[in-house]
Amino acid sequence: MDVALLIALFLASAVRMAVPLLLGTLGESLTERAGNLNLGVEGLMMMGAATGFIAAYHTDNIALAVLAGMLGSGFGSLLYAILTITFRTKQDVTGLALTIFGSGFANTLGKTLANTNTPEGIRTFAQATPLKLPESTASIPGIGPVLAFIDTAFLQHNWFVYLTFIAAFAGWFYLFRTRQGLHLRMIGENPAAADASGIRVIGAKYAHVVVGGILCGLGGVYISVINVGTYLENIVAGRGWIVVALVIFIRWDPLKAIAGSLLFGALEIVGFRIQHIEALSGLPIFSQYAIDMYPYLMTIIVLILTYARKKAYLGPAGLGVPYFREDR
Amino acid sequence: MRLRIAKKDTAGGYKAVLIRVGAVLVALVLSGLLMTAMGYNPISAFAAIIKGSFGSKRGLINTITVAIPLLVVALGLSISFSMRFWNIGGEGQLIMGAIFATFVAHNLPVNTPTPVYLITMAIASMIGGALFALIPGLFRAYSGTNETLFTLMLNYVAIKITVFLRLVLWKDPEAKGFPSIEAIPKIAHLPKVFGIHSGWIIALIATVLVYVFLKYTKRGYETRVVGESERTAHYAGINVRRVLISGVILSGGLVGLAGFVKLSGAAFTLSESIGGGNGFSAVIIAWLAQLNAPVMVIVALLFAAMEQGAMGMELALKIPASVADIIKGLILFTALASEFFIAYRVVIEPGPRQLQKQAQKEDQV
Repeated sequence: MDVALLIALFLASAVRMAVPLLLGTLGESLTERAGNLNLGVEGLMMMGAATGFIAAYHTDNIALAVLAGMLGSGFGSLLYAILTITFRTKQDVTGLALTIFGSGFANTLGKTLANTNTPEGIRTFAQATPLKLPESTASIPGIGPVLAFIDTAFLQHNWFVYLTFIAAFAGWFYLFRTRQGLHLRMIGENPAAADASGIRVIGAKYAHVVVGGILCGLGGVYISVINVGTYLENIVAGRGWIVVALVIFIRWDPLKAIAGSLLFGALEIVGFRIQHIEALSGLPIFSQYAIDMYPYLMTIIVLILTYARKKAYLGPAGLGVPYFREDR
Repeated sequence: MRLRIAKKDTAGGYKAVLIRVGAVLVALVLSGLLMTAMGYNPISAFAAIIKGSFGSKRGLINTITVAIPLLVVALGLSISFSMRFWNIGGEGQLIMGAIFATFVAHNLPVNTPTPVYLITMAIASMIGGALFALIPGLFRAYSGTNETLFTLMLNYVAIKITVFLRLVLWKDPEAKGFPSIEAIPKIAHLPKVFGIHSGWIIALIATVLVYVFLKYTKRGYETRVVGESERTAHYAGINVRRVLISGVILSGGLVGLAGFVKLSGAAFTLSESIGGGNGFSAVIIAWLAQLNAPVMVIVALLFAAMEQGAMGMELALKIPASVADIIKGLILFTALASEFFIAYRVVIEPGPRQLQKQAQKEDQV
């Protein structure tokens, strides 16, 4: 196989692995921009993965699977929202509780479907490549090989993948180019000031925490229903925690989230692939098991560097602080 | 009508206890409803959990065995939490402790007397856990790096290191089929006292020590002041950095010790599943007990009973053991919400329209 094809195939896998990370990061960015640190991403992704898969298995309809995943994770994030916003509970403990609850919820619901596959219709949707270029373009003189490379790397995915990337662009536009986005950022930085200027703080917090949680849940739907196609116990496998770290890495910015999740998606692939590269695997630090550790180590390094820079943006100033109007 | 939320003058007392107990009851009712919705019979499920955890001598021994490391980790974490160092890296620190203890267990001369063997392992495990907590501790003390995410990520690093050790560096050449690390020798096992491995004695001693440390020593007092407000501590002449770092070392060391207790008392073989989620459960145990060491003993036992009982339930009734996680999550949710009702009260007062009506009535009079 030639190198260009290998690289293109590698990029294609990285894009697929990036999707759940991107959805989660987008959701958590919205949540944190509203001033709520939700450590329950792992639980929300589990809930989405389980409810989505159950609907996919019984209805063989992708729209219903997505809807069920949204309902499942929406239920989880609504619980979190009620607790942290109305009852002003400690956000990190509540998030941890949500992860325990969500994992229990998903593993209990999905128990009977463990190791079953998605039905035919869902499988067809997952394997469809609607934007694939026609074969003939590869033989165009000059740009043919370039088109073939782009085609293999970026254009042989299903709709779910493309919609995720569009959602990230939409998220950026919403946050930085609309009035609501500006209001949201204001709530995250200083809820009292936002309240004083007439913004409905509590309502906006609820909306963004719930929608953010639903986006995380969609990441779970992608993993179980589309990418893996088989339901496994603990199928999310720690990606929710990577998301929490990625949000810092990408500075709460959906556009940077695209780059960040592609990078971390690529790292996940490197772990799988490295065993084939014999020259490297002779050294223990390039063993695939050592490389599995790199996303977490990289997150730590990013964390250290972020805090070492005195003027770095450390996230919304009101993050983690419950808003209490009567305290103003 | 309008709802207004006001702070209560006095929080605590028997009312607070009543609200907390009520919260647990609400959680149990909610989990019952959820189980019914999922098609399981909640009453037989709860009965099976109680029977599996406290119903027999065997069950009781297992419950206590599960509770021991949970308690030690929760005690360790409570030192971190009391100075508001959000150490959620218990899982990683425990695993690091177990890795260090395993290393010692495989490298000491065989003719070493048992007490020396065990004490060396215990010290090694404490060093392992302390070092793993010290890394984020130093960064937090010197550049303010967020410790929540740092410690969280280190959990996964520890798990991956163990996988690496199991599959590559420490792979037991004699293990057939599933690759594993060689079990620690018999001499490195904790002796049993009253039918339970002696880790329970270690756990109870740790409970007393942590309680005394936080409540009656100068350093413990300073730790709590740093937790209340770093600025206050600074103005009071407390060396915040030194308190933070020594607290983190103590905290991580104790959590690492739990790794030794688990390895020498129950697991005997190092694997990435030795943590078993204890690091996360312990966060909740410490928090539910309001960082009060003796209360942690009870909460840890109840948590262990839930885990142990759930396994019995799965065997007897084919209800998935993960139901226990749902119950745990819901208890936490309601316990968290109960803090709101302890600290605030909801006042019902007339809204603008009712006030207007009232005013009109008064005008007529």
